[in-house]
Amino acid sequence: MSAIQIIPLNFYILLSAILFSIGVMGVLLRRNAIIIFMSIELMLNAVNLLLVSFSSYHSDGAGQVFVFFIMAVAAAEVSVGLAILVMIYRNTKTTDIDFLNKLKG
Amino acid sequence: MTTYLFYFLAFVSIFCALMVIFAKNPVHSVLYLVLTFFAIAGQYVLLNAQFLAAVHIIVYAGAIMVLFLFVIMLLNLNKETEPHKNIWIKLAAVISGGALMVVLVATLKGSETIQAASQFRPNIGLVKNLGQVLFSQFLLPFELSSILFLAAMVGAVMLGKKEIN
Repeated sequence: MSAIQIIPLNFYILLSAILFSIGVMGVLLRRNAIIIFMSIELMLNAVNLLLVSFSSYHSDGAGQVFVFFIMAVAAAEVSVGLAILVMIYRNTKTTDIDFLNKLKG
Repeated sequence: MTTYLFYFLAFVSIFCALMVIFAKNPVHSVLYLVLTFFAIAGQYVLLNAQFLAAVHIIVYAGAIMVLFLFVIMLLNLNKETEPHKNIWIKLAAVISGGALMVVLVATLKGSETIQAASQFRPNIGLVKNLGQVLFSQFLLPFELSSILFLAAMVGAVMLGKKEIN
């Protein structure tokens, strides 16, 4: 017996909404740029969970392929973002986003 | 049994996600995020997406989180170097995040319960089906993602190399 026949789709939507809100809260709450990256990963994973659950409930494989692409883009984003952060740390000795406000308008 | 498993995995993922954003030490945050990813992989298995569960563990818990942990240890960040915010800003962040959650939950509350499709196919998440979809309908995005990876690799190497004086 799989979860699809027992648990309604609303539960998965609710879980994704809660995880996404926690990710938003983390971006607002933390000052360390690396933790903010991790909160963005959390939000991406909430959306991935939503795509997988919709794909499974509608028996359509396209949603799961989308999740595959999101993972690929997230991996590329993390590698470049962390390289940028390491360079910033080398020059300024900090990852505090209140100090890194050079791009503000 | 499946219902209890769902509730257990949901509880673990929400608790560990909260610990990610409230833990003071960045290394603890990374380790809690790995636990969150394992719980989400468990949800994928419950949803008959076995291939994605395996890829999720390999890519996220195996590669991306190791990269995070490596960078945090390279920069030697710990509890002492952690910048601390004003308590009012923290309170405002928690209130606005909680308000977003309340709005989302209130929006979803009125929605009707959706059951599984009538022509339910349990083997949709296996490698064979996903591979057929990926290499027939989504062949161009698949090839484009390889170019994206090449660009990301070149960019990371260029950013990371030392300046030559």
